[in-house]
Amino acid sequence: MYEFFIEPFGTYPFLRRALIACIALSMGCAPVGVLLVLRRMSLMGDALSHSVLPGVALGYLFMGLSLPAMGIGGMFSGLIVALLASFISRKTVLKEDASFVGFYLIALALGAILVSTKGKNIDLMHILFGSILAVDKASLLLIAGITTISLFVMALIFRPLVLECFDPIFMRSIGGRGSLYHLIFMGLVVLNMVSAFQALGTLMALGMMMLPAITARFWAREIWSLYLVAILVAIVSGFLGLVFSYHYGWPSGPAIILTSGVLYLVTVVFGPYGSLRCRRT
Amino acid sequence: MVGFMTKDLKSVLSFKNVSVSYKNHLALDNISIDFFEGSLTAVLGPNGGGKSTLLKAILGLVPLQKGEIQRFYPKLTDIAYLAQQTEVDRTFPLTVYDVVALGLSQAKGFFQEIDQKTDATIQKALEKVGLKDIAHRSLHMLSGGQFQRILFARTMLQDAKIILLDEPFAAVDRYTMEDLIKIVQGWTTEGRTVIIVSHDLEIVQSYFPQSLLLARSVIAYGATKQVLTLENLRQAKRSSGEWEVSNLENDKTMQFFKDDV
Repeated sequence: MYEFFIEPFGTYPFLRRALIACIALSMGCAPVGVLLVLRRMSLMGDALSHSVLPGVALGYLFMGLSLPAMGIGGMFSGLIVALLASFISRKTVLKEDASFVGFYLIALALGAILVSTKGKNIDLMHILFGSILAVDKASLLLIAGITTISLFVMALIFRPLVLECFDPIFMRSIGGRGSLYHLIFMGLVVLNMVSAFQALGTLMALGMMMLPAITARFWAREIWSLYLVAILVAIVSGFLGLVFSYHYGWPSGPAIILTSGVLYLVTVVFGPYGSLRCRRT
Repeated sequence: MVGFMTKDLKSVLSFKNVSVSYKNHLALDNISIDFFEGSLTAVLGPNGGGKSTLLKAILGLVPLQKGEIQRFYPKLTDIAYLAQQTEVDRTFPLTVYDVVALGLSQAKGFFQEIDQKTDATIQKALEKVGLKDIAHRSLHMLSGGQFQRILFARTMLQDAKIILLDEPFAAVDRYTMEDLIKIVQGWTTEGRTVIIVSHDLEIVQSYFPQSLLLARSVIAYGATKQVLTLENLRQAKRSSGEWEVSNLENDKTMQFFKDDV
């Protein structure tokens, strides 16, 4: 038991660092995910997470596999796609989800081609699926910094953000500047996406946000407890995912997401609120 | 409620030739009416007749195509608005207390703590709508009637001079409806102006002194008895028939029109 679960972390510093990165990620991403679910923006988050790829690719082209450079590039392309997509949906006949999908497909294809112009396939794999075992001190600081900022900002704008999610019409009727808080929140989503991308890759980054958040929905009924459960689920999946990845040689990002996927599936059946077994919401 | 049109009443909302377009069709056509301080007015008419649009125009949530609305109380905090219940997610993870407390957002801003005095205000509102005992229950567990009571408590805390309610009795039981109507009547005795959109002819006839029959333009406005005449209802039906035939079936007022007019 001890040898299986604990010892690898004692022996290898890179595993310890990966675990710390996972814990920091969990604390930032999971609460953001909870609010994304409550805003019914899960799919939008998905689209956004893929749209960071071209920026990441540009960062890679200029600086190599440097996580901060790729992170900053990713942040910009994510923001650009978010702004373009909402511009198109406001000015044309397309709804927001459709215009997001259009842009993220373009972004994904463009990003993959950009990486392949210079890189080897192994680098593309790193970028798509992450490399949490290669997290260094600089990236660890970046992840922790983003988590700190996003927890702080979310605490600060908690009330208007929740009100904007719950009853946007009321928010408008009291002149509450809902779109400002929405924009700040979207900024936080992109920031956390960037920090998750380092660990899990652009394809899996959203997993750290959404799976714990939708799992929590079956366990908790207040926002604070949703946050707490989601964070716990994320940390546990990070830990177990790393353990499995170490023992069985699985790629670490997918191992973490798959673990949290299994937790989710178990919860869908057995969770205490609104699950298949227990319909009472 | 006689003397409705007398000159000594203060007009708090004055529509001057107001037209509003919504999704490329005319929702309100050249409306010129006044709402007076302390009045209680029901707005009724067929679906697509511009009832909700009228409220949104008062709030400034939809742009006016033509004309203007003069407001005696120009501040945003002077108007409270309760939208149709269908537009809110009732499984959202908040407690009764949380939602009611949000009614103070305007007065207190988003960032102040809830101190003892504020808490007392919230408790009083909860008591008035009869929800004091379940203040800390989650929204999931409430009936449609209880949910509407919460929203009434929230509206109460906004402490506004003008209160706009859109179909507030659509999803509530009879008992709750009577309680809520008492609250509305309380508001008018406090001198607040209340405008209620309602489909339900029976409720309007029994409880609301004034009515506005709206079918894109004003069919009739004044004392309820004089507004809800067979002739007026027929006219509303005729003008609505021009553009909304398909909606007749799920429209309670129009059902009435079909059977009886």
